[in-house]
Amino acid sequence: MEVNEVFEKVKNLFVEELGLDADKVTMDAKLEEDLEIDSLGIVEVVMAFEDEFGIEIDDEELTDVATVGQAVNLLHSKL
Amino acid sequence: MKTALVTGGSRGIGKAIALQLGKSFNVVVGYSSSKDSGDKVVAEIINSGGTASPVEIDVTNIESIENAFTTIEKEYGGVDVLVNNAGITKDNILPRLKEDDWNDVIDTNLSGSYRTSQRAIKHMMKSKWGRIVYISSIVGMMGNQGQANYAASKAGLIGLSKSIAKEMGSRNITSNVIAPGYIETDMTAFLTDEQKDNIIEQLSIKRIGKPEDIANIVSFLCTDESEYITGQVISVDGGITS
Repeated sequence: MEVNEVFEKVKNLFVEELGLDADKVTMDAKLEEDLEIDSLGIVEVVMAFEDEFGIEIDDEELTDVATVGQAVNLLHSKL
Repeated sequence: MKTALVTGGSRGIGKAIALQLGKSFNVVVGYSSSKDSGDKVVAEIINSGGTASPVEIDVTNIESIENAFTTIEKEYGGVDVLVNNAGITKDNILPRLKEDDWNDVIDTNLSGSYRTSQRAIKHMMKSKWGRIVYISSIVGMMGNQGQANYAASKAGLIGLSKSIAKEMGSRNITSNVIAPGYIETDMTAFLTDEQKDNIIEQLSIKRIGKPEDIANIVSFLCTDESEYITGQVISVDGGITS
């Protein structure tokens, strides 16, 4: 799967799971500051990623994920 | 209509809770060994105009839990209300308490509730609404001779519930503990009349409790109206701990 495709899927999940405005979900957007996702929200998104992509994400892998782009790259590297 | 799962719903307190919730929820009656009793509870709810079905659920077995939830999700969409009621006793005083008996009681009463709660929470988070109730015991706060394992498991539920309440409050999910006192069930059937009289003497309300006394408060904690009550331990014990 191309990075672009991963991004589109991720964007859809953010919109569906958290009711975010699609325009706000850019590669550079910071999860906590720009998108105002709380810690439980991050968990919800991760669970949705795991279901959507059929993968498992360890907590350790998330420590460096602060932006949408970093999440997309992490998912891309695991597919 | 929302869906409630009552583990250990075929007998005793669980049965009374299932019957009561049957008035306002689709009720899934979880049973592990008593299939016939579970079927009877389901029939009773359906006869009263409710919707119910039985599901086999062994809370010590993650596969059994997964199968049960998959079945429920197919039929009703998901579990909105979880009543963790399944519990066992294996009593003995500490010097005689076998490690297996300790482990079995903790595994069913405490770890089992962790497993079902974890499985149920995903749907509740998604729908931003959920009610979890743990059936503990006053023994969890007072201790009891011969029940170190049971008391520890029931005390553990309090920490579990309070933590979930803190974690999930922002998603409109509440988590509360009910601590029954002496209630007329199979679990207390061994008490002699003399022992019962001694217990009643310590109570403010001069009778042994009924399963319905527990079901009434559980039912309220599963409503929308109870949304501001979370992380609490409510003793329903005729005043024995007051």
